Amino acid sequence: MNRTRVIGEEAPVGSGSTWTHRRLLPPWLRREPLSLWLAAIAVAGAAALPVLYLVVRAAESGESAVDSIFDFDTLAILWRSIQLIVLVTLGSVLIAVPLAWLTVRTDLPYRRAWAVASVLPLAIPSYVGALAFISAFGPKGLLQGWLEGPFGVDRLPDLYGLTGASVVLILLSYPYVFLTVRATLWRLEPEMEEASWTLGRSPWQTFRRVTLPLLYPAIGAGALLVALYTLSDFGAVALLQYDTFTRVIFNEYNSAFNRAVAAALSLVLLAVAVSLILIEASARRRARYYSGANAARRRRRIVRLGRWRLPAFIFSSLVTLLALGIPVFVLVYWLTRGVNAGESGLFDWGAAFTSVQYSLAAAVVTVIAAIPISVLSVRRPGLLSTGLERFSYVGFAMPGIAVGLGLVFFGIRYATGIYQTVYLLVLAYVVLFLPVAVGLIRSSLLQVNPRMEEAAMSLGRSQINAFLTVTVPVIRPGLAAAAIMVFLLTMKELPATLILGPIESRTLATSIWSAAEEAFFARAAAPSLLLVIASAAPMTFLVLRERSRN
Amino acid sequence: MTTEIPNFLARRTILMALGLAAVLVLVIACSSDNNNDSSENSGPSDEGGELIIYSGRSESLIAPLIEKFEAATGIDAKVNYAGTGSLAATLLEEGDRSPADVFFAQDPGGLGSIIELVKPLSDELIGRVPDWARSSDNLWVGISGRARTVVYNTDALSPEDLPDTLEGFTDPVWKGRIGWAPTNGSFQAMVTGMRLIWGEERTRDWLEGIVANEPKVYAKNTPTVAATGSGEVEVGFVNHYYLHRFLAEEGDGFAARNYFLPGGGPGSAILVTGAAILKTADNAIEAERFLDYLLSAEAQSYFAEETYEYPLIDGVERADMLPDLASLSTPDIDVSDLGDLAATQNLLREFGALP
Repeated sequence: MNRTRVIGEEAPVGSGSTWTHRRLLPPWLRREPLSLWLAAIAVAGAAALPVLYLVVRAAESGESAVDSIFDFDTLAILWRSIQLIVLVTLGSVLIAVPLAWLTVRTDLPYRRAWAVASVLPLAIPSYVGALAFISAFGPKGLLQGWLEGPFGVDRLPDLYGLTGASVVLILLSYPYVFLTVRATLWRLEPEMEEASWTLGRSPWQTFRRVTLPLLYPAIGAGALLVALYTLSDFGAVALLQYDTFTRVIFNEYNSAFNRAVAAALSLVLLAVAVSLILIEASARRRARYYSGANAARRRRRIVRLGRWRLPAFIFSSLVTLLALGIPVFVLVYWLTRGVNAGESGLFDWGAAFTSVQYSLAAAVVTVIAAIPISVLSVRRPGLLSTGLERFSYVGFAMPGIAVGLGLVFFGIRYATGIYQTVYLLVLAYVVLFLPVAVGLIRSSLLQVNPRMEEAAMSLGRSQINAFLTVTVPVIRPGLAAAAIMVFLLTMKELPATLILGPIESRTLATSIWSAAEEAFFARAAAPSLLLVIASAAPMTFLVLRERSRN
Repeated sequence: MTTEIPNFLARRTILMALGLAAVLVLVIACSSDNNNDSSENSGPSDEGGELIIYSGRSESLIAPLIEKFEAATGIDAKVNYAGTGSLAATLLEEGDRSPADVFFAQDPGGLGSIIELVKPLSDELIGRVPDWARSSDNLWVGISGRARTVVYNTDALSPEDLPDTLEGFTDPVWKGRIGWAPTNGSFQAMVTGMRLIWGEERTRDWLEGIVANEPKVYAKNTPTVAATGSGEVEVGFVNHYYLHRFLAEEGDGFAARNYFLPGGGPGSAILVTGAAILKTADNAIEAERFLDYLLSAEAQSYFAEETYEYPLIDGVERADMLPDLASLSTPDIDVSDLGDLAATQNLLREFGALP
């Protein structure tokens, strides 16, 4: 009774506004509200600012900057970058997909604990992770020290170069794939897998033939993020002595002080990023991944691992031990050494509070900004919507310093009021981390049958109301995962925070950098541990909510 | 029917709206925090004024000094800490709209890149440091000195095993035992010094010899010193003060010490950090007082005792563990000539030392 009355009130307003704009728009724009298109275009426009800046800088010096690209051994650098990207992406998928499946679908012991632990490496800044790995496994690291007494090992093999850089980057970035795959696994509807079981296929065959193909979009989205992150990372490749584009660009900014050449090289890096984005797009299947019935509330069958339980347990333990255990162990080691040496006041709670504030704001704003682009690219695949979605990825591939300087360039000219305030900083975070949110939201939207929303609209709800009340609750795991991922990434973001942060503001990431730069390892360890702890909280919350729902 | 009223979908919408509102409040709260800061600070600014510093030297070293400056002058100093390179680039992007008053840089290269944005300093200020430690046109002044040196692993080597000059390390016996950081600005400044002192040919020979000895490449000074201490390499070409940070944190057991080349030459070049005042500074008077403070006995003693650097003004003693500047047989070069690194980088690239 009540519901009918509500609908009766809303119907004229909703249908009226829809009707008006539909008449004004060309046919290909008619189905979604104009405001959604405008919002998506505005967000993509913001993401374009740093690119525009790079073009302005590179063009300003005329041909000389372009020529100078050929002063470098650009092809060799390109080849090295590609090798690293391929290894890191493959490695991340091989670790993340089984881990996601094990923690969602099986009777793996302590799977919720593994789920939290498996995402946390994302909270470790790559320079801290690389430093910790070198301390632990370097030719003369902690491990060598322990082996020397009993076994007489006086030197471990070098971990520098391609091997070390790819191992460290895999361990720090597989969570991108883990999270996208996990969010999708939660929403996969069980009938197809059940049918496969009914037809007598083993769990492994079912996984390979039924589940895995359904996961392709999520794996693709996660793998693209890993590839772009690898392209833009500076900390790990610098410490592990592997020359990629970012190292050359960093050198141009920091010792050659040549912004034009740095901009030209950054554009080459962007071209690589665009190729990666196009590769993922061509591999992406056009198919939808929802079923006709709404089976979302049905109980899902848990796969019994049987004799595979122990190997699965060892696999999960090993990944967590390497990716989280080693860095945390080394950080605690540095911290206790510092405390024993009499250092005090190592924990900077003010910086932790600032970091959490910035990261919360970034998470909420980025998720909201990602919704229009995600919805349009899923519901209205076409040149414009797909273009907008693909374009939103470029920020993630750009060196943070280029994004920071791009927003300095525009901020100081056209937005003086918000220059060096948290608002411009949050905009930078949106530009940098938008694709992470878009990827996660897209994969969960792909599983929502649009007919549910259409049904709500036919019952008289406005389009926005139908989206908020029908679709949003269904894609909530995707939205939550997106918010948490952006939160973790913002917590550790350094170059843009250094350039754009309000003057006198100090975050955990900047404290770590400031201390590590001067070899004060104990002072770097304390904020690093706080960073991991502060990131663990929202992740635990997300996993516990999954439990209450299922 | 009426039991359906508390619709769970509506509840979620409300929850979401509440969440959004909470975050908006947070954002506004933290931006108004900043406003509060500035309004609180406008109190002392009546007496002392305000100052905005862009510091390429890190907060962990400089923040205590800034506090002393504020206490001594009543000036409210706000510092933007970041890398020298990104700050120089930021200043160039900001142009004449820059809020900065002072640029405090890690090396002359950073100052050189923004030289058109800064204004001449007073003769009195400039006159406090030796001629070699300032820009020839009085546009920036050196604040503290650091020596290039060789750090060696004390388990593997003793000083007698080490050559008199850097050229000794081109001997094939050093193969696989050297660590260096060719992307580091101080290292590149040293190679620029080589080109000035030794000339192009001799510098090439040196680079060729070192590259043939397959040195381990590190990202910068800190990891080079760490690797020398752990025995990963036996010697490293670095700035002198990083060792003292490790000794302070890890104790005297840290297995590395500095070796100041008795033969001098570019291997013991003295480099400086420096500061300049922006042409567009709104707080030019406070900016001058800051530079005046950096070149005071108090601040120079701080550099000597807390950061193990060389003080540059007369009457302040270096830290006990450091050798006398005069005894370092430092080469006779003008540090402002070390700022131009482009040719050096091309040379390093030619030998594959830079990507």
